[in-house]
Amino acid sequence: MAGPRAGFGKSGSQAGLVRQGLTVVGFFVLILGLWEGVKFVGGDPWRSGEQVLWNPPLRIFFASDLNLPHVWTIVSVFGAPAQRESPISLGQFLVGAALYTWREAAIGFALGAALGLGLASLFVHFRLLERAFVPYVIASQTIPIVALAPMIAFAFGQSVVSVVIIATYLTFFPVTIAGIRGLRSPDPRALELMRSYAGSRWATYRKLRLPASLPYLFTALKISATASIVGAIIGEGPGGIPDGLGRAIINFNQAYITFPAKLWATIFVSALVGIAFFLLIRLVETLVLRGRQAPAV
Amino acid sequence: MTESAPAVVTIAGVDKTFEVAGQAGTQALQGIDLEIRRGEFVSLIGPSGCGKSTLLRLIGDLTTPSAGTVTVNGKTAHRARLDRDYGMVFQAPVLFDWRTVEENVALPLEILGRPKSERIARAREMLELVELQGFLRHHPYQLSGGMQQRVAIARALAFEPSIQLMDETFGALDEMTRERMNSEVLRIWERTGTTIVFVTHSIPEAVFLSSRVVVMSARPGRISQVIEADLPRPRGFETREQPRYFGLVTQVREALHGPQAQVATVGGPGSPARTAAEGAVG
Repeated sequence: MAGPRAGFGKSGSQAGLVRQGLTVVGFFVLILGLWEGVKFVGGDPWRSGEQVLWNPPLRIFFASDLNLPHVWTIVSVFGAPAQRESPISLGQFLVGAALYTWREAAIGFALGAALGLGLASLFVHFRLLERAFVPYVIASQTIPIVALAPMIAFAFGQSVVSVVIIATYLTFFPVTIAGIRGLRSPDPRALELMRSYAGSRWATYRKLRLPASLPYLFTALKISATASIVGAIIGEGPGGIPDGLGRAIINFNQAYITFPAKLWATIFVSALVGIAFFLLIRLVETLVLRGRQAPAV
Repeated sequence: MTESAPAVVTIAGVDKTFEVAGQAGTQALQGIDLEIRRGEFVSLIGPSGCGKSTLLRLIGDLTTPSAGTVTVNGKTAHRARLDRDYGMVFQAPVLFDWRTVEENVALPLEILGRPKSERIARAREMLELVELQGFLRHHPYQLSGGMQQRVAIARALAFEPSIQLMDETFGALDEMTRERMNSEVLRIWERTGTTIVFVTHSIPEAVFLSSRVVVMSARPGRISQVIEADLPRPRGFETREQPRYFGLVTQVREALHGPQAQVATVGGPGSPARTAAEGAVG
């Protein structure tokens, strides 16, 4: 009989992490290279003050300075004042706005995850409810959020509450669908085993269905983490929230024709918030699913 | 293990028909009468589709009979399940991969609401019994198939159910591991004095393990013969070399295939034996 299989390979996973980090950085550098490469071939003349440093041979419309600002223009705009006469830099402003939006998104995410898991748990235990309500759950997601957001803001007032509701709305759906799948994922014999112990529905749920569903739930939660950020950003407009990324995007959108770099910087920060939230959930997933056979992805 | 021991399971006139909507039902079991006494090791053997697993599941109240009664410890099978009279071991170990070996064995005790100290002590005791005391903190995937199955057995023993139901428990193991596991389960059975109902389709396994072998035939599933496996105990590797062992293996084989089995395997399509067998099936 074979002995226990070889250990987890702690050092191996650390090397893997370093390799992954290098890949991410390498890919980022590659994208920057492509970006500036396109501008080098088909952008506006590269200038330093009045002096033209490089005149690209072609003129490609999407590579112009208005459509695709230089990377260094975007980077430098972080140090510029957020608004004319503003005492704080755009960078400071965006960090504050990002944290504000993330807080809204996180509350919506938590509520959406709870709602999603709650619905999934109900549906798994009551087939009738599932048949009756799942079509509406799906239908709810086909309504464009831009149509729904003003209605929610009108109903719940121009406040953080509306923004949180919109973030919740975008969060709960993947969790519901994955939850139904995950709570049904146990081996039928595992369910029979619980039955042979005369385990209650609650015991079966807590000791079998819920733990078995976690890999599915975390997949959905990672999708929902980014969706909740999008929901909060979209909701801030109709919700009338001046402090988050959503309003910043609307403002810089209006100034885009003359100065696009600020919107690019804001988009960059928004993406960063989404990635950070995603990675946070993945970290939690790794910790929670430790010891299971399938490595978390 | 003697004739006078009280009955643990009494099955009387049991039929089981699986209903399929809009079609004639499939009769899985017909006219089953069987009594299993305390401390017995009873094997159910038969061709696939003979309903041996269904019979086991009927005893364990995982399904209900269409007719007849199943009495366990003087109660209905349903009541017995609610009283936690059963330990189940399936062909697959069905361990929970998010639990350590120790936590897996403690699972039924958690559901029974036993205090933590008792759960730990009992789980360790059971793992010692299956000789896995060194693997408490391991996760199931770190164990070989045979070790996982031993964890499943430890789990089934943990809450001291009065009857163990084993459904092709060693069916997925290789032959060498299987023989080792057979000796192991016999050792545990002798030490704990529990009652075991064991479904298998291995004739040597059934003969080696059992005090009685219940031979079943298919479509509809019924008991065709009950054979006393009167080999001396304790049984070990030398048991498999005794003439009486081979005699019993032959007896079970003939009960399964009928005395013309030899002819049937030799004869081609259309041979009398084969035609007869097909006629019996159809």
